[in-house]
Amino acid sequence: MDLDALERDLLGQVEQAGDEAALETLRVAALGKKGSVSELLKTLGAMTPEERKERGPLINGLRDRVQGAILAKREALVEAALDTRLAAERIDVTLPLREAPEIRGRIHPISQVIEEITAIFADLGFSVAEGPDIETDELNFTALNFPEGHPAREMHDTFFLAPDHLGRRKLLRTHTSPVQVRTMRAKQPPIRVIMPGRTYRHDSDQTHTPMFHQVEGLVIDRSANIANLKWVLESFCRAFFEVDSVTMRFRPSFFPFTEPSAEVDIQCSRKGGELRFGEGTDWLEVLGCGMVHPNVLRNGGLDPDQVQGFAFGMGIDRLAMLKYGMPDLRPFFEADVRWLDHYGFRPIDVPSLVGGLTA
Amino acid sequence: MKFTLSWLKDHLDTEASLDAISETLTRIGLEVEGIEDKAAALRPYVIARVISAEQHPNADRLRVCQVDAGDGQPLQVVCGAPNARTGMLSVFAPPGTYVPGKDITLSVGTIRGVESRGMLCSGAELGLSEDHDGILDLPADAPVGTPYAVWAGLDDPVIEINLTPNRADCASIHGIARDLAATGIGTLKREPLPPVRGEGPCPTQVSLAFDAHDKGLCPLFGLRLVRGVKNGPSPEWMQKRLRAIGLRPINALVDITNYLTFDRGRPLHVFDANKVAGGLVVRRAEEGESLVALDGKTYRLDGDVIVIADANGVESIGGIMGGQASGCDENTTDVLIESALWDPRAIARTGRRLGIVTDARYRFERGVDPAFTLPGLDLATRLVLDLCGGTPSQANVVGDVPELTHVIDFPWTEVRRLAGIELSRAEMKVTLEALGFHIAGSGDRVKVLPPSWRADVEGKADLVEEIVRIAGLDRIEPKPLARVETVANEPMLTVLQRRTRLARRALAGRGLMEAVTYSFIAAEDARLFGGGGADLALANPIAADLSDMRPSLVPGLLRAAQRNADRGFPDVALFEVGQCFASDEPEGQSVRAAGIRRGTARHGGAGRHWSGAAAPVDVFEAKADALALLGALGVPTGGLQVVAGGPAWLHPGRSGTLQFGPKTVVGHFGELHPRLLKAMDLKGAQVGFEIVLDALPLPRHRPTKAKPALALSGLQAISRNFAFVVAREVTAADILKAAQGADRKLIAGIDVFDLYEGVGIPDGSKSVAVAVRLQPSERTLTDAEIEAVSAKIVAEVAKKTGATLRA
Repeated sequence: MDLDALERDLLGQVEQAGDEAALETLRVAALGKKGSVSELLKTLGAMTPEERKERGPLINGLRDRVQGAILAKREALVEAALDTRLAAERIDVTLPLREAPEIRGRIHPISQVIEEITAIFADLGFSVAEGPDIETDELNFTALNFPEGHPAREMHDTFFLAPDHLGRRKLLRTHTSPVQVRTMRAKQPPIRVIMPGRTYRHDSDQTHTPMFHQVEGLVIDRSANIANLKWVLESFCRAFFEVDSVTMRFRPSFFPFTEPSAEVDIQCSRKGGELRFGEGTDWLEVLGCGMVHPNVLRNGGLDPDQVQGFAFGMGIDRLAMLKYGMPDLRPFFEADVRWLDHYGFRPIDVPSLVGGLTA
Repeated sequence: MKFTLSWLKDHLDTEASLDAISETLTRIGLEVEGIEDKAAALRPYVIARVISAEQHPNADRLRVCQVDAGDGQPLQVVCGAPNARTGMLSVFAPPGTYVPGKDITLSVGTIRGVESRGMLCSGAELGLSEDHDGILDLPADAPVGTPYAVWAGLDDPVIEINLTPNRADCASIHGIARDLAATGIGTLKREPLPPVRGEGPCPTQVSLAFDAHDKGLCPLFGLRLVRGVKNGPSPEWMQKRLRAIGLRPINALVDITNYLTFDRGRPLHVFDANKVAGGLVVRRAEEGESLVALDGKTYRLDGDVIVIADANGVESIGGIMGGQASGCDENTTDVLIESALWDPRAIARTGRRLGIVTDARYRFERGVDPAFTLPGLDLATRLVLDLCGGTPSQANVVGDVPELTHVIDFPWTEVRRLAGIELSRAEMKVTLEALGFHIAGSGDRVKVLPPSWRADVEGKADLVEEIVRIAGLDRIEPKPLARVETVANEPMLTVLQRRTRLARRALAGRGLMEAVTYSFIAAEDARLFGGGGADLALANPIAADLSDMRPSLVPGLLRAAQRNADRGFPDVALFEVGQCFASDEPEGQSVRAAGIRRGTARHGGAGRHWSGAAAPVDVFEAKADALALLGALGVPTGGLQVVAGGPAWLHPGRSGTLQFGPKTVVGHFGELHPRLLKAMDLKGAQVGFEIVLDALPLPRHRPTKAKPALALSGLQAISRNFAFVVAREVTAADILKAAQGADRKLIAGIDVFDLYEGVGIPDGSKSVAVAVRLQPSERTLTDAEIEAVSAKIVAEVAKKTGATLRA
């Protein structure tokens, strides 16, 4: 067979090869030890130098072209096989996944708001103090300058536990203020603390629950006065409600444990049923405050002529409602997962002053 | 406390507008709760003449009226009132007017084909009465075109203030006027109150029958007889004012006492002298006595109630309410007027005990002005003489007016010290004097005597309050609080506080939702979790299922999950971080973190899904939550032991206890005990855990924050697998501990990679396959060394657990 015919034949077969195995058979048949092209190459050894000079390039050229064709064909077959596999591997990526746990979980608004409040006051140098929920009458009332016979001391306002063998009844604290006295007795001024926690009153209707949350603030040093109190509360309200300015109204009021005392309203608008601060003509009561009553300082072991200070208290649940728009208090304690999902916060939403209280 | 503007102006000479007065009241601590200005609300309603009233062509019950509302132009109005008639005078509202009684705004309408431009109104439609029967029918001299409210005298705005309990002096319109006058908004009218000169002594004897230590219950009692009175209705001006503040006029004598209660904060009582038998005795009631009071109810009395009695028995509950038998009516001709002083605490106690709320009790329990007791009696007498005629006796006064001795030593600098505002001494002095305080001395320190009506003023801080509230708290400029050093100081949060917050984030990050449930639960639930003792039961729970302080967070969470299930959400995962109670002492209170998973609420997801339905929750879901929590809190878990079994509320074979040694149990996890679920009537798969955060070991304090040096071996670790056959009761923890003990240095980690029971394994046994990772540190291990450590592992596990290698 002449070389041209052999080459046409071999290249034709390469072209026809359907898969890598056929191609390999073909390669062995042509280029293997006993292959048709290899046999031709072997003939070169028996040739004269002249013959070899003429035939050598022809046979070697044939080998190179066949080898090249096989390589190219192999690459094409590999590509085609991959395309086939890819087509077969196609899946529907639009199928929905289960929600990731770190997105599904929720932090209760009360916890979130406590962290927001703590972040703001920590920046002002306040640390967090706590006290027990089950209190003595002394710390909840007497030390806070509530007179004997005050209506708050009655069964219809306060939860009591059973009396002990001496007839003393412990109670569920009606406010976080006993922690003020505990703090004064435990620590020398300067004192700067906030005291968040659960509080209890014998009250249950549309707008009251028998348990709620308060945060109390206390500053005692040698100079803290109403001017400082106003600054602290204005700073707090601006930061908490995340508005550039708030207009606050300090109304003289009365609490047994502060003197002078005031209630604080902030200006707001209720246009379209949406509460907004820093604008409008309505007033909304948000907290009570005052200078710590001299009797309370004395009961805390301090001399009211040497040290002085202020205290303030506000409802955490109420602050949450005002900021985040929950219309009712009762669902706060019902653990309805639809409510928690809607009003709760994602676990990664950690409030800070660096990153902003809310994202 | 309610009053009208004109009534206030009896005591305050002022040109200020209602708005200015209202703002000032709120600013000085007499918070205005509301102003009812009927004249403003009813401005569009004018008096109109019905020129003609003719039958409506298409409706039997309607009339078509032509109305003159003052401008002479007849207006056509369709009216359904049966009393509409030609020539009558009534009240007309034009289109655009809001009708309070119907909560609608009028528009031009067509009624049964006839145009109607406005409305003729009934008293009910104006919100003034309950009278729906017909349109208002005014007398013939009513001026057509004039606003009805003005003509009807409704143009006296009613102001209601929210009085704080310390301000008894402002339960009096005179007192409110005094406070307002101190701000400079007007001048207090101080009309002299000359004493009444009676004719002859009061014939009714009075005795205060108290033991020496009880004298404070009624320190002063004044009584006067007025003979020959004529007791009809009180004059219109008085009735109008009483009605405006919500009181019902009764008769002149009674109305006078009510009037002065508000006008001067001085409650009084009147007895019909002819119904009183003998002298009056003021004393403690006797057990079993009772009184039919003026409200018509019968009250059973006891020794805590102070009464006024005569020969017939109890006639009045002192300072709270009089009795029906001795009350004044239109036949009264001789009246005994009482003005007395009562102990505030006794009044409060009695009022609460008997459940009587009266304007007298309200004032006496806050404290009335003792010095005004007798002037009040004279003022009342004068009003009786003016309105009812008669002849007064002299007053019969028993007891004494308590003396004022409470002088406050006051440095003027106290205002700057506490309030942070610089006020002139003149301004401060004027304020205190305007409020009735007497100031003695001059210079930096003065002596201040509070007025008799300000028993609430005790010390310097109270005087500061008086000065700054009148000056206005708005005048105090906010001043920054000096910064305290914070960097490098102690952290703001304690370890426990930080862990409490971290616990919430960690658990929410595992897909649980944070619940906040009540600290008190049902007694039965508390008992199931080891609580329910008498020392933690509320004496006065608000509901039967909120009666006992919770010993654990788990029962509240289980109940919450069941509520969600009942609403159609069976697969819920909830957690709570909060306080639990083991005793009523502060040390008995602990902070815990607990979570429960219900149904198929697994960490990876719940319910059916194309990738495979979630299986019901199991003990390992709860274990994973508990361990993830401990890990997130940074608790060193090296010494943590997981011991099989837990408290009674958990499944005994599917629960575990987490502890750092047997004395430091920090929590539990597991499936809820089927018996507990039955007792609580809960359904479905439920697992849970609870960790006591206070019980967790504190992080070790280290002098440096640098982490220990890290030694990384360049030599490759090798892994060897062992399948041990052990008795079923042998725990994985025992096998792992034994294997680890074979060579603590070389063995870098062990995992259980297979568990098998069944064919090929004897009954009662199981196969536990573990992979042991060997990490050489100095040189590569030889085959002989690997064989040696493998043999030691097998021997150790066999020795500790009785294991054999699986064939």
